[in-house]
Amino acid sequence: MMFLLEATISGLMAGVMYSLVALGFVLIFKASGVFNFAQGVMALFAGLTLVGLMEKFSLPPWAAIIATIAVMILLAWLIEFLVLRRLVNQAPIILFMATLGLAYVLEGLGDILWGSDVKLLDIGLPQGAVDWLLDDYNLYVERLEVAAAVTAVIMVVVLAVFFQKTRIGRALRAVADDHQAALSVGISLRTIWVIVWSVSGVVALVAGIMWGSKSGVQFSLSLIALKALPVLMLGGFTSIPGAIIGGLIIGVGEKWAEIYMGPIIGGAIENWFAYMLALAFLLVRPQGLFGEKIIERI
Amino acid sequence: MNQTTDQAAADTILSVNNIEVIYNHVILVLKGVSLDVPRGGIVALLGANGAGKTTTLKAISNLLRAERGEVTKGAILFEGNEVTDLTPNDLVTRGCIQVMEGRHCFEHLTVEENLMTGAYTRRDGAAAVKADLELVYSYFPRLRERRKSLAGYTSGGEQQMVAIGRALMSKPKMILLDEPSMGLAPQLVEEIFEIVRKLNEQEGVSILLAEQNTNIALKYSNYGYILESGRVVLDGDAAELRENEDVKEFYLGVAGADRKSFRDVKHYKRRKRWLA
Repeated sequence: MMFLLEATISGLMAGVMYSLVALGFVLIFKASGVFNFAQGVMALFAGLTLVGLMEKFSLPPWAAIIATIAVMILLAWLIEFLVLRRLVNQAPIILFMATLGLAYVLEGLGDILWGSDVKLLDIGLPQGAVDWLLDDYNLYVERLEVAAAVTAVIMVVVLAVFFQKTRIGRALRAVADDHQAALSVGISLRTIWVIVWSVSGVVALVAGIMWGSKSGVQFSLSLIALKALPVLMLGGFTSIPGAIIGGLIIGVGEKWAEIYMGPIIGGAIENWFAYMLALAFLLVRPQGLFGEKIIERI
Repeated sequence: MNQTTDQAAADTILSVNNIEVIYNHVILVLKGVSLDVPRGGIVALLGANGAGKTTTLKAISNLLRAERGEVTKGAILFEGNEVTDLTPNDLVTRGCIQVMEGRHCFEHLTVEENLMTGAYTRRDGAAAVKADLELVYSYFPRLRERRKSLAGYTSGGEQQMVAIGRALMSKPKMILLDEPSMGLAPQLVEEIFEIVRKLNEQEGVSILLAEQNTNIALKYSNYGYILESGRVVLDGDAAELRENEDVKEFYLGVAGADRKSFRDVKHYKRRKRWLA
């Protein structure tokens, strides 16, 4: 029983980490209908920049984080100026291809700027197990993962308020619904794109910090984007809470599958379980758990 | 209408001078369209499908560029200032907003949120915006009842009201209204046009109206232009146009005497009338 609880908690925490990456996808998809393939690389790039700034300029963590946020905003502006602006009114598949190219450019840029070796990221996040849980209940829970969970909750609340209650948030949702109409009421697509890519850059930074602190900043970080895909299919591409809950379901599901199905059909279920689950969901509920319903008036 | 004195210029809110529009660098859509909208007037832009009505409106509001269209010749003056190179955002800020054909509501936003997006460019504070929201609801009481519904689930008439109300939220001096009658029941069309007229009279909003429904458009406007394949072929006071034989025959559906082919008659008659 204790074992199951421990596995569940560990699954939830892993899920939060997936959600952090998935969030960045949702933001950009919501506001521009673009599936940003480069989201994972953005997390990697943010992580690399953060470590690089701390090492090369021996900045304290807080200063490096602020500087990295500035870099991510600059990056968003550049992406708008060099890529998105040129592709206004093109089919979504073209924009998707552009983000694919962007992923490679960013990866290369990260390499050139900061080198390609695995880097340790330590910005002073708590490490090790939570003592009292370990002592009193014999439960092993990583402090880092608790920090990630708390960060994720804060981020979701802030983003939800931003999207639902503010003028810019409303404009973001308007652009997501209908580019043309948004233009016609005087919403500047360029401004909106810069904002949304900046926000998603900051989210990528948070994901980069959490994953980087856990397993070092390295190239494989960009591949966690693949794990975010099933999370999105489960939660829905357009829902922020969906990204979180989707992540949790995947995280817990993986652990449970490993425990209960592992012995029966052989191990390593964790690697593919998420994709199977996503496939099943696609068949039953293609818009995901919380995705926007496709409105069709008859 | 075509006086060039300062007095006339001051009373003209929008002036389009001989514009040519090309899509994708090759497709010539407007071949020299000129028109004027007097301040506080309702001007109708009439013509069949593909005549260039929507293109003219988009050229003015500058939504054209997002569709790879371009104004290659001529000038557009709004309140005496050249606006041909501005962004739609600039134009809305200056008080000229387009209500697009086919309504284009934000489907996943509620009716009220839709209206609020119209106030995006405003900088005069939440209180003023709130007051204008009340104003829009007073013109469209039906929208107040449905304010919490997603716009995507409202009826076609309600969506048209949302689209017009949303434009109104930007505190416009001028609205470019594209085909408000599209897909609506005749009764509803009348209702919408009555509200448009009220807006024009009470709020002083000038209106340039593109319509296929010539009958109703001429009923509610002061002046009309008739476009045919990218050119203005006829213009005049709305009352005159309604009595014009050509307009009657080709746009109001009052049949002329024994014509064989619609197109032949049209050309023949027009040549005769213009060249005479």
